[in-house]
Amino acid sequence: MLEAVKISKEFPGVKVLNQVNFKFYPAKVNAILGENGAGKSTLLKILTGAYTEYDGEIKLYGETVRFSNIKEAQNAGIAIIHQELNLIPELSVTENLFLGREILNAFGLLDTAKMEAEAKTIFEKIQLNVSPRTLVQKLKVGEQQLVEIAKALLSNADIILMDEPTSALSDKEIENLHRIIEQLKSEGKTIVYISHKMDELFRIAEHYTVLRDGNTIDAGEMKATTEQDLIRKMVGREVLIEKKNTSTQFHSTVLKVQDLNLNNPVVKNRKILQDISFELKKGEILGIFGLMGAGRTELLETIFGMHHNNSESTIEINGVKAIHKQPKNAIENGLAFVTEDRKTEGLVLGMDISSNISLTQLASMGLLNNTKEKASARDYIEKLSIKTPSETQLCQNLSGGNQQKVVLAKWLATNPQILMMDEPTRGIDINAKNEIYNLIKILAANQMSILLVSSEIPEILALSDRILVMAEGKIKASYLAAEANEDKLLKSALPE
Amino acid sequence: MNITLNHPLVKKSQSLIALFLLCLFISLLSDKFMTSTNLWNVLRQISVNVCISVGMTLVVLMAGIDLSVGSVLGLSAAVCAGVLKNGLVFESLDLFVGFTVLGAILTAMLIGMALGLFNGWVITKFAIPPFVATLAMLTIARGLTMLYTEGIPISNLGPKFEFIGSGWILGIPVPVWISLIMVLIVVFLTNKTTFGRYIYAIGGNEKAAFLSGISINKIKLAVYGIAGMMAAVGGILVTSRLNSAQPNAGMSYELDSIAAVVIGGTSLSGGVGTVTGTVIGAIIIGVLNNGLVLLDVSPFWQQVVKGIVILLAVIIDKMNQKNK
Repeated sequence: MLEAVKISKEFPGVKVLNQVNFKFYPAKVNAILGENGAGKSTLLKILTGAYTEYDGEIKLYGETVRFSNIKEAQNAGIAIIHQELNLIPELSVTENLFLGREILNAFGLLDTAKMEAEAKTIFEKIQLNVSPRTLVQKLKVGEQQLVEIAKALLSNADIILMDEPTSALSDKEIENLHRIIEQLKSEGKTIVYISHKMDELFRIAEHYTVLRDGNTIDAGEMKATTEQDLIRKMVGREVLIEKKNTSTQFHSTVLKVQDLNLNNPVVKNRKILQDISFELKKGEILGIFGLMGAGRTELLETIFGMHHNNSESTIEINGVKAIHKQPKNAIENGLAFVTEDRKTEGLVLGMDISSNISLTQLASMGLLNNTKEKASARDYIEKLSIKTPSETQLCQNLSGGNQQKVVLAKWLATNPQILMMDEPTRGIDINAKNEIYNLIKILAANQMSILLVSSEIPEILALSDRILVMAEGKIKASYLAAEANEDKLLKSALPE
Repeated sequence: MNITLNHPLVKKSQSLIALFLLCLFISLLSDKFMTSTNLWNVLRQISVNVCISVGMTLVVLMAGIDLSVGSVLGLSAAVCAGVLKNGLVFESLDLFVGFTVLGAILTAMLIGMALGLFNGWVITKFAIPPFVATLAMLTIARGLTMLYTEGIPISNLGPKFEFIGSGWILGIPVPVWISLIMVLIVVFLTNKTTFGRYIYAIGGNEKAAFLSGISINKIKLAVYGIAGMMAAVGGILVTSRLNSAQPNAGMSYELDSIAAVVIGGTSLSGGVGTVTGTVIGAIIIGVLNNGLVLLDVSPFWQQVVKGIVILLAVIIDKMNQKNK
């Protein structure tokens, strides 16, 4: 019913989709598998009319369609539920549900009663027990997701795309979601389901398509394949990198965090982080694993001095008490922070590579030394093999992997003793990924201490000497590399 | 045709080309334009806007805005003239402080800077949007000017002071010298110092700049301080030229200044632009004003034309960005 023929999409310098083909079957759950950066989200954006420029054809019920905007895709019966939910927290559930297609009464005014009644009917159907007047911000993530599904149903969508729908859900919520998917299927709706989680896919999906580096690798029926087989196709080899099994002994403590608490700035008496204590040793890679919303990023941010007014903690660096009122203080104490989002936090995209790298080391007042800046930038371009014509290239013209390397360079240039990394390989290609993994290992071997936050289990298992698992703002478990495995990490990471 | 217009060099010097065409056009229609008297006059007139606008450029590069420059100009000009003419009298102490020309100038600049710093303090301390904070200062400073002058111009400030606005040095009007020096200082600041780099970084991505260890608030404070001081320099030039401080001096100057910045290619969302671009922008506005007067266009139409030029400048800029 929905089919893509030789879809290609290019961004300046990167080909994200290369003649991708796929076919979705009606009234089935069609899984799309692929690692971060495989091109899944680009594909979704094309299918939903968010990207309008691409090569190739999309066929809906055998007819070629080309959506020139999101509205057109919606009218054609395609709805998407994004990984980051697109609801407006300040509006009520009903208001969100009917946003852009409000029901009006005879006077052309909002017919609230009718909308609320319809919302109620649809909520009953998907077993969402909230009043139609509840504000979305009061809902749990799982409930918000159901509101999104209700929205899709309301628009009479026949094809519902779900992008990593369970990444922030508890077991119970996942079960509920799967039940609803079954129900939708029985009503003839087609589901496109994107997920990393193999066990889930085997439970609910009938068909699959595997993408890797923008290419269609394989497609087929779920029951004709195995988990191992799919993983191999996704990563291109048996396992991405080997799990670390050795336990090194580390001695001197570099960073000691005690009783770290972070208050919720909006909701009083609620904590984002609660009583966090841990130690990081010299030369150690300490992995921090957790699901979305576990507070991993906030933990790094708090240590780095970004939430000084909202948090309490005792931080010691090399046995000396450290107070980080702002990132500047943390940098002076030898910390570096490779942030999760290189575009909004890591780089000044409109500036060139060399200015971005030098930003962390410029003296607070003084003259610029262009020659030195450029020499240092060229040095890092070579060391990290950043692909660019020159150090004066603007960062906005680099691919994701190369941007990430510039972020790394700007922090390595401060010569830190503690390197904190938040999802350092998100959305970059396999090659760049491997290069970054090797770099991390080399840095640790040279006695740098590394805090590695990641939601990719293989990454965490492969790199970390020790792993902390977080859930709901607390540290739930701690494993040595040798004793950790995927099951244990996932089990500890699920909210109670 | 298209290829030549899209050449990077052409794009870079777009505003310069526009200025050239504008001059050509006016000189074809009026033979008074290309006379040295007129051209020096134009440069002298725009030197005030140049001073204000280079300060404004720093603010806009940081993705801020300063609506108060006109009023800050007014207040510092009034105080400058006031202390120069009447000195300061502290009756309770039976004390009189007289001011030299230099003393009066420095006082004016300090006042301008203080007002600017206050803007910066409100913006950083209370996280108030610059638009609102400086809008408040626009009213406050104008009100203070009216109170200080009691609505009456302070005139006859002596030949020494008058020289600043009307004199010539080496065949070039003094205000042109002064604005040139200001431009050179700010060009140096933006291109050669870490301070300048920080301004671009904050405008380009404030969060990334903060995370890189830059003390955002200090930089912002300094930039608003400089903008205030630059407005005061403009105030000194105006006052000296007229040999009188008018209570409504600088009224709506912020608009011409923002226009110069925008026409000069600085993005209102910050991070992109140059001081030299702003100078060209200010010259374009100055030449346009002059040309419209020479061509006998009614003042009402002058405003319309100026508005259209600003719109064109931004639209062309936007289209250039898209072509990237």
